Amino acid sequence: MTMAIATQMTERIVTVRYFAWVRERTGRSDDVISLPAHVVTIAELMSLLAARGEGYAEAFKHPPSIRVARDRVHVQQSAEIGTAREIGFFPPVTGG
Amino acid sequence: MTITVQHDDFEIAVEIDRLTAGRCDIGAVASFVGKVRDTSAGSPLAAMTLEHYPGMTEDELQSIADIATERFQLSAVRIVHRVGQLKPGDNIVLVIACSPHRQHAFDGCAFLMDYLKTRAPFWKKETALDGSGTWVDARDADHAAIERWTKTN
Repeated sequence: MTMAIATQMTERIVTVRYFAWVRERTGRSDDVISLPAHVVTIAELMSLLAARGEGYAEAFKHPPSIRVARDRVHVQQSAEIGTAREIGFFPPVTGG
Repeated sequence: MTITVQHDDFEIAVEIDRLTAGRCDIGAVASFVGKVRDTSAGSPLAAMTLEHYPGMTEDELQSIADIATERFQLSAVRIVHRVGQLKPGDNIVLVIACSPHRQHAFDGCAFLMDYLKTRAPFWKKETALDGSGTWVDARDADHAAIERWTKTN
């Protein structure tokens, strides 16, 4: 019982959000993901997501063309997820 | 109200009047308006749709405004960016920079646009006359434009 509680306390949940063609390819605006212990960086999260299905594989097949935000702040894919609650994936921005 | 992301159009004169009302320290107002063209790479365009990242977009725009205000000692800044479906000729974005003298207003306005184009999470999708949609690619020239602000002070 104690073990189960400890496991639950360390479970990391993030909301993953997709924009523009990343959203179109995954077919979803967001997912709530329970992170396996081995997933530490955002790049590792991208590999995990790519395995969720065909659309996800298509969305994440070329990581260099994807930009990321951790809790709504731009970061590199090599950044650790840490205690973030939200990770956003999107193409390079084209506003203005 | 420095930053607004909205579906509706904006009125430039109204925005400038609001920003400068009662402000006799402002001697210069520089503004930029970005608009939807009717062609893309030589092909006619039916519409352009702008998507954003609610929450993050506003935070980024505020951060860009704060940096510009500090760097160019701006007296006031206003950014209005539209989202949703737009037609050729429609306004997309308005940036206004105010300062006591013109050079800081001009530079502040250009800096705001250069940073907005490379940092603010907006994405454009173009719709051709046949209804097909294409996401606009980021331009290298936009990133090159940023460099002039890192070389000089």
